Amino acid sequence: MLDVRSKARVTRRAIFLPIALLVLLAVLSMVLSVTQGSVALSPSAVWQALQGQGSILNQTVVMELRLPRVLSAFATGGLLALAGALMQILLRNPLADPYVLGISGGASVAALAAILLGLTGLLMSGMAFIGAALSTLLVFGLAGQLSHNSTLRLLLTGVVIAAGWGALITLILALAPPDKLPGMLYWLMGDLAYAHTPWLAWLVLVPVTVLLVPLGRSLNLLARGPMQAAALGVNVKGLERLVFIVASLLTAVAVTTAGSVGFVGLVVPHMLRLVLGNDQRLILPASALAGGCLVTLADTLARTVIAPEQLPVGVITALLGVPTFLYLLQRGRV
Amino acid sequence: MTWLRADQLVVAIPGQTPCSEHALTIDFKPGEVWGVLGPNGVGKTTLLHTLASLTTPAMGQVMLDDTPLKDLHRTHIAQQVGVMFQAHQDGFPATVFETALLGRFPHLSPWDMESEQDLALAEQALAQLDLTSLVQRSLSTLSGGERQRAALATLLTQQPEIWLVDEPTNHLDLHHQVAVMALLKEQALRQKTVIMSLHDVNLAAQWCSHVLLLYPDRAPIWGRAETLLTQEYLEPLYRQSLAVTEVNQRPVFVPVAQVYKSID
Repeated sequence: MLDVRSKARVTRRAIFLPIALLVLLAVLSMVLSVTQGSVALSPSAVWQALQGQGSILNQTVVMELRLPRVLSAFATGGLLALAGALMQILLRNPLADPYVLGISGGASVAALAAILLGLTGLLMSGMAFIGAALSTLLVFGLAGQLSHNSTLRLLLTGVVIAAGWGALITLILALAPPDKLPGMLYWLMGDLAYAHTPWLAWLVLVPVTVLLVPLGRSLNLLARGPMQAAALGVNVKGLERLVFIVASLLTAVAVTTAGSVGFVGLVVPHMLRLVLGNDQRLILPASALAGGCLVTLADTLARTVIAPEQLPVGVITALLGVPTFLYLLQRGRV
Repeated sequence: MTWLRADQLVVAIPGQTPCSEHALTIDFKPGEVWGVLGPNGVGKTTLLHTLASLTTPAMGQVMLDDTPLKDLHRTHIAQQVGVMFQAHQDGFPATVFETALLGRFPHLSPWDMESEQDLALAEQALAQLDLTSLVQRSLSTLSGGERQRAALATLLTQQPEIWLVDEPTNHLDLHHQVAVMALLKEQALRQKTVIMSLHDVNLAAQWCSHVLLLYPDRAPIWGRAETLLTQEYLEPLYRQSLAVTEVNQRPVFVPVAQVYKSID
């Protein structure tokens, strides 16, 4: 009986250990990422630069170039993985992901429209949020009554909505004045080269992750079906609405930070579930941390693999994500 | 002691106009085992869902200890009222043990972790339903009858005062049918209230103290099982001629291939 209990993974200890490990991994990946680049720096040089010592060049590289980018990368990954994990609960389908379902597309269109209108900062994030929320509503409304054959319906809906946003993106690009084009293109590729302000992303990521933990058990129930959840005392409508808003918000902030980076929300929660089971009290914070690590490392790779040239990080995540997606579909775990 | 009361209750069935003459006013008392009988589509499942406040009634209300269900917090209802569904929803993959443990949800606050006691309750429930050897199996790999028992284990772990059970013997082999009915009867002996929908009149005759007969075309009737489970009431219920015999002093009904003629 003892092994049953340990595998049920419901003790505080069973949640604490993987999280502690992932925090360590997160710190290590960020340190690694700051040290790597067109100029490799030793960890001690980075440490000095962080304290305002060492050469001016090192300080500039660390404080103004690498640190904001690394922090942005981590927060983007965390936001996307968390958004993916939440959407998977909401739609009770492990293939749900902000990118696959066209949610990122909606946020991108709104963000591009914001650039076109000359909006920046919070206004642009607000627009992206509306775009993301609109997309989620569409996916919900069209694939909403999830019964049998839901996977097919969900994916088709997502694909069609993503295609619709794609057309709008092309339209906006065609209409945009040439001086705004380069700035716009980065949204579409998912690139962190322009990400200089990680603070909004962190301000959203950290509190949301912490506040989701006490909701974890309700979300566990929701993942099992709305009727069962309601019968056991969950306010299903309220919870679904909350998850929907939070997932849209997370996606919108991620898109305003780094453009549309794909498949993080799909790959990360799935991998974690294989190892850690499916208790949301563990999976949600673990997704935030592991998603951060993944995008941080992917961006490090993107900056170094053909240095001094840089790849958009979205290329790396898509190269990881597409095989995972196909594998999932093939195995029929949906 | 928790009382559930249907007060002038008419359930909302899609595509049917509610009729106040068909209203139910029933006290479901602790220690009673109720069987809800009626033909397909008459609203047995909807009634159970309405009694659990999962569906809003068309007319009237459901009271839990003199408070209307709609005025109670959902968690509070779930501490008292447990439901087992007929159709099992396919959500995310989960193990049998996790499924049983879900029953503790209404008894824990958000920051609580399941205690040793909660885990022990889930283990006991699984043992009582013959599922100990399957605890680590994924629910999706189980047979229909095993899933049915896992769902009952969740209810047993929940330990509600009122048990609403939709077709408890669906998919079950004969041995487990008897085991499950005995388990439900045992709850009634512990002063819980059990309300179940049944297709099999003979199970109702053997295990239920009270029955509620839901007719498609006239007012429902309810009362003690031995009074109502007769050809007189059951033949119009199913529009089917029945032959009756007796086993262990309980009636046993057998459908016969004779054309049923309505008296009215």
